[in-house]
Amino acid sequence: MSWDMTDFELLRLMQQDATQPTGRLGEKLGLSQPATWRRIKRLQDAGVIAGRRLRLDAAKLGFGVTVFLGVKLATKGRVSLEDFERAVTAIPEVQSVEHVLGLYDYRLRVVARDLSDFERVLRRRIMTLPGVGDVEANVLLSEERRPGPLST
Amino acid sequence: MLDDQSRAILRQLQAAPDISVPELAERVRLTPARVTRRLDKLQEEGIITGQEVVIDWAALGYTIHVALRITLDKTAPRAFDEFLAAARQVREVLEVQTFLGRVDARLALIAKDLPDYQRLYRDKILTLPHIADIEALMTVSTVKRDEALPL
Repeated sequence: MSWDMTDFELLRLMQQDATQPTGRLGEKLGLSQPATWRRIKRLQDAGVIAGRRLRLDAAKLGFGVTVFLGVKLATKGRVSLEDFERAVTAIPEVQSVEHVLGLYDYRLRVVARDLSDFERVLRRRIMTLPGVGDVEANVLLSEERRPGPLST
Repeated sequence: MLDDQSRAILRQLQAAPDISVPELAERVRLTPARVTRRLDKLQEEGIITGQEVVIDWAALGYTIHVALRITLDKTAPRAFDEFLAAARQVREVLEVQTFLGRVDARLALIAKDLPDYQRLYRDKILTLPHIADIEALMTVSTVKRDEALPL
């Protein structure tokens, strides 16, 4: 599959606001509505657009703390990885899980109401996961998402 | 704070952001008109701030995804600001975060392949100001990425 600058610009616009009607996106790109729709469909079919995400203000909903955890497994082996992944993805406060290579085995993004709520999640849910070993926590202070290589 | 109806609406929307209003109304057992009013209110209050597409960078040819955990030299007075300003100029950086903890900042970096990563790392990352130490974590697979809030 090959992509051109117009595809990138379309992705960038949809990354900012995915609720824009196809016609409005087309106007910004100088494309007709059907042409825009075909490009969106092509991006979806190729899996470039992997889904949509609702943006919520976590603080206004009472979630004041985001913590990134680096988790090292104490025991390794195919079975323990699967057990760990199954259990960790079922925790509602765990927002994302990445299997990584390096200092840790997994990187988790955890959201909590405050630090004592985070401590509860850590003790009751994370430290009790199957195979869990060392855990390192870093509290998020600020976060910025960049458009990445889509920017011109 | 949220009542049960708004909470139910947000839960459904988090799971399926492009759901239609009639479908959403049916799932939360409210009339479409009431759902629309609730959605307007949630947006006015700044609780729903928007909707974005999730991009699979690997499908665009960026197969390498690395988290760079950075410790800054805090003896320089404007280390954070200068580092962050320079990091924003690197096009392959997707996320810039700062932390309270063992590391000061983290950059999510994508690259097309390992030689591309090596070039980026040498030419654009190691040249960023005030870095005292860098650790790289390479993503093998993303197990969960919905980033939903536990409502």
